Amino acid sequence: MPMNRRDFLKASGAGLGALALSAAPVKAVSAKQNTDETGSMLYDSTICVGCRACQVACKLRSGLDPVVDTSGLYEMPHDLDSKTWTIIKLYKDDNSHSFVKNQCMHCIHPACVSVCPVGALEKLESGPVIYHRERCIGCRYCMAACPFSVPKTEWEKPLPFIQKCDFCADLQANGEQPKCSEACPTGALIYGTRKAMLDTARARLVGEGNYFQHIYGEKEAGGTSMVYISDLDFTKLGFPEQNDVSLPDITWPYMQGTLGVIGVMVTLSTAIYLRTHRKDKNGGNGSNGNNGDNGHNGGSDTLKGKEA
Amino acid sequence: MAIRLGEIRLRRYPLGPGMILIWVLGALGMGVSVYRWIFGLGATTNLSDGRPWGLWISFDMMSGIGLAAGAFSVAAIVYIFNLKKFYPIARPSILTGFISYILAGLTLMVDLSQPQRIWHLIIYWNIHSPLFEIGWCVMLYLTVLALEFSPVVFDALHWKVPLKIIRAIQIPLIIAGVTLSTMHQSTLGTMLTILPDKIHPLFYSPLFPLYFYMTAIAAGLAMVVFESFHSSRTYGYPFEMKMLASLVKAIPWILGGYFVVRMAELFITGKYLYLLQGGAPALMFIVEMVFGVLIPIFFFSDANTRNDVHGITWAAVFTIAGLILNRVNAALIFMSGTFYLPTWQELAVTVGLTCLGFIMFDAAVRFLPMFPEPTPKAVKRL
Repeated sequence: MPMNRRDFLKASGAGLGALALSAAPVKAVSAKQNTDETGSMLYDSTICVGCRACQVACKLRSGLDPVVDTSGLYEMPHDLDSKTWTIIKLYKDDNSHSFVKNQCMHCIHPACVSVCPVGALEKLESGPVIYHRERCIGCRYCMAACPFSVPKTEWEKPLPFIQKCDFCADLQANGEQPKCSEACPTGALIYGTRKAMLDTARARLVGEGNYFQHIYGEKEAGGTSMVYISDLDFTKLGFPEQNDVSLPDITWPYMQGTLGVIGVMVTLSTAIYLRTHRKDKNGGNGSNGNNGDNGHNGGSDTLKGKEA
Repeated sequence: MAIRLGEIRLRRYPLGPGMILIWVLGALGMGVSVYRWIFGLGATTNLSDGRPWGLWISFDMMSGIGLAAGAFSVAAIVYIFNLKKFYPIARPSILTGFISYILAGLTLMVDLSQPQRIWHLIIYWNIHSPLFEIGWCVMLYLTVLALEFSPVVFDALHWKVPLKIIRAIQIPLIIAGVTLSTMHQSTLGTMLTILPDKIHPLFYSPLFPLYFYMTAIAAGLAMVVFESFHSSRTYGYPFEMKMLASLVKAIPWILGGYFVVRMAELFITGKYLYLLQGGAPALMFIVEMVFGVLIPIFFFSDANTRNDVHGITWAAVFTIAGLILNRVNAALIFMSGTFYLPTWQELAVTVGLTCLGFIMFDAAVRFLPMFPEPTPKAVKRL
């Protein structure tokens, strides 16, 4: 089960840290260990009819401008962008077709949250990854680090912010469901706890229908709040192939190692300094000052000599 | 009370057409930067949702900071290892580093979507973010570099008291500089470790921090050679042949170690299979390793090349280009995303910032006692 692997990674990370340094207690970047009760959505592409009610509901809720063409007519956006938090796309080949919904995956261990230098992205314990625009400096590290390339920015503005789905965190906090799942007329998109969504997905995979035997999002990038099932291979639906690693767990040991680097470099430099300055008769700090003085005065003297 | 400016005065070095061109390009770059601040990134760059980082991050920021490593390396060699014979290159090396970090800061001011909020790094913390650590290290190290450089100014002004204070804390300052540099030079590598699926396996490595640190020291020392060459050509200072030849002896060891570790990783992890596949990644990998690593190793190992002004300078140029290629390969060319070529505005800002570096160096040389002044004869000779 994913829980065990995460525990192992956490433990090994902590072990690594403790080896190099006395690891300071730090607030975890990820959600609480037990994600069973966190908010989650299941999208079943075999039920989706591509009506885009979810897309419209999201547009109304987010208050983002519609995407228009050059003559001001409304258009379908091609992909997630700074005005489109969610989008329905269609995959089609000779034998099959399938709709697919894109939005922020709300990772259990979000890379964006861990890389943001100013903590403008936050993983709520209830599931959503939300954005605090008042903190953002616009380094766009979240955009680069996101394994699903979800965060987008307002390129056309002089001072752009990041835009991405917030999983209707405010509505969820009030016990309501997100607008997109609420709007879905067919039940292709349902909302519930992550455990309930995974149970439903597993039941459907073994039940009727010709499902591709994989739940996308169960383990990808360490697991996501959004889980998908489909009758097609997920690579066809545009999902990136992921190693099942939690990305923040890659960088965190290095970051913990930083304290070790400080310790080693300060100790090493001091040790080398003391060793190489042993022969100086003045000893200790006095000798530094003198070394510096000699050097600097030497420089000045040369200068004056030339000018004269 | 008249303000005594001491040695701070204009030194009349010849002003060549090159310097005038640098002023023009610098001014153009600043102009385009202002245009970018008014109209935004979308109007001036080819950056997009599929390519959030471009030339400014991979070249100006990542490569620029890497090349600034000469400052802490030379400071450590002179003050920690107590190799006093290298003292004459300490001042210009620290100046070069100081300027490089100022440029990195300016790059961020151009590249950030919300540059007016750069100070948020101070009040909002996220210790999980490599960029948070880099931000803090760069801020602190800029302060350290300013203090390390300040004796030149105090000396010129004949201000005894501040000079005494700085010298009293000189060694702790140098140690702080070495530590901060080790931290953020390697953390620039850590920054890219979170992109295992986006960077081509030939260029991605869990050892990024180590690679970035080693190549930065090598290229930082090469920058010292390049800067000496520039100073001798432009200002007629003597090219400290013997000293530089001795300094660069360290480079083959550093780059050699780097090469061995990177090759070992390549074969142990089985990534060499991507080399056999050929194509652009394999080609660029070979170019990077041959021209940016092996050629510098051979050039710097050879006593004749090392002791020749042009030999040592060319070897330095290869080393510097190798670091730039390494950073640009990992953070731009082989990072998956939308196809990207910089706009002329992006190029103008990059060129302009580089020129601004030359202008700041020139200003320091003209107004401060950076070097002993050359005789007119020496200037003529070059």
